[in-house]
Amino acid sequence: MKEFLIDILQNEILVYVLMAAVPLVWIIPFALFAVWWERKISAHMQDRLGPMRTGGWHGWAQTIADILKLIQKEDIIPAAADRKLFNLAPYVVFVGSFAAYAAIPFSAAYVGSEINIGLFYILAVSSFVVVGLLMAGWASNNKWSLFGAMRAAAQIVSYEIPVALSLLAVVMIVGTFDLQEINRAQSGYFWNWFVFQKFPLLFVAATIYFVASLAEVNRTPFDIPEAESELVAGYHTEYGGMKFALLFLAEYANMFAVSAIAATVFFGGWNSPFGDFMSGPVWGLFWFISKGMAFIFVHMWLRWTLPRLRVDQLMYVGWKVLIPFSFVIVLGVGFWVMLAR
Amino acid sequence: MELFDIAFFVFAFITVVSAFIVVFSKSVIYSAFSLLFTFFGVAALYVLLHADFIAVTQVLIYVGGILVLMLFGVMLTNKIVNVELKTGTLHTIPALLLVSVVAGTLGGLFYSTWKGDVAPPPPPFESTTKTLGEMLMTSYLLPFEIASVLLLVALMGAAMFARRRTKT
Repeated sequence: MKEFLIDILQNEILVYVLMAAVPLVWIIPFALFAVWWERKISAHMQDRLGPMRTGGWHGWAQTIADILKLIQKEDIIPAAADRKLFNLAPYVVFVGSFAAYAAIPFSAAYVGSEINIGLFYILAVSSFVVVGLLMAGWASNNKWSLFGAMRAAAQIVSYEIPVALSLLAVVMIVGTFDLQEINRAQSGYFWNWFVFQKFPLLFVAATIYFVASLAEVNRTPFDIPEAESELVAGYHTEYGGMKFALLFLAEYANMFAVSAIAATVFFGGWNSPFGDFMSGPVWGLFWFISKGMAFIFVHMWLRWTLPRLRVDQLMYVGWKVLIPFSFVIVLGVGFWVMLAR
Repeated sequence: MELFDIAFFVFAFITVVSAFIVVFSKSVIYSAFSLLFTFFGVAALYVLLHADFIAVTQVLIYVGGILVLMLFGVMLTNKIVNVELKTGTLHTIPALLLVSVVAGTLGGLFYSTWKGDVAPPPPPFESTTKTLGEMLMTSYLLPFEIASVLLLVALMGAAMFARRRTKT
């Protein structure tokens, strides 16, 4: 896609700007859709209807109306807040989650930057989100916000380890961090996907990744950073208007990013499940997004199914269950790869 | 000026300015947060030097690990946040001497190796990850292993201390 655009536009800088803007064009409609979708799913799981009026058909325009309202709102900064950090924090959070999209391959023809260390880069830049959350929580000068931010940071830092180790299992098989390369290694039919390879090691790795990624994006059952019943709304309690919208957008962007990594690393990414049937760059985009959305659906489904964990249970699951299991899987896959050589 | 030069100066500016804030800010929390931008700038400079793996590791270790740990330390110590840092001038003459010696050495070194321009970007980019991995597993295996054992001992020691305190 890059070479093609350079051919048309004859200007490299313009092409890079365009390439960088592509994920943004995806994130914003996705977030609008996902918020509506989440409200509909939660409503139907609780035997109600959810938004029905705005826009006519099943309230499809509800989130568009919401975002228009948010844009128009007055920009309120609490008197006791730290103004500079309070203003900066939403941007740091969003930059962190948007930067991850640079290495996510949307289709065989489009990836922001085909770097050799793609996966490692995504793991690294997501740490900007942690610092941004701490910044938001601290600058709000509110106990709930600070507690929410602290819990979020503690949780993300601990669950980064099982996430990295479970992805490492696949990296050891392919021998590269390049996500396009990982995609190409899974081409063909769906039994070539890494989740079904080296059975059952990588299946367990995929499960560990999914559970830990739920904690990384603060979703139920790991949503103690935002536990409404104790912390009001966690680190974004004091935020309103456009800044709140930005934090919310970052949250949904993160949700899609972790789902996209799960889809790419374990479920074939843009590969069609049926060999050559419906494959190609454009169908690749379709498969990639469907797989990502399937994981988003599971995120939402779990939110209305499971109760929230306590802090000690959260730490128990992270450190005493997921981490030892992922170490065993890394060792097992290592031996398997070495012996099969 | 080429694109490379512009990028270099932008990131160098970010690094230096945020490092100044780290040193001169009166509030510990501002220092800690502006370290984020220093680390980011340094990582970007590594990228410009074609050291991709080091750049990403820099972000992962320093931003994701050390900075978060420091922020936790600052935030959990409720007294630190409100303390006005004492910035006065003490021991002017020895400090001036030391600074002039260091600055003179660095300046001399800089002047003697100055080629009149920013170094041009090195030719075709090659990923360093594979080479680094191979080197660590062959030529530098012993230092690598020693470092990992040292880190393991440090981890176990830290866990021991933390546990003993909670029991009593």
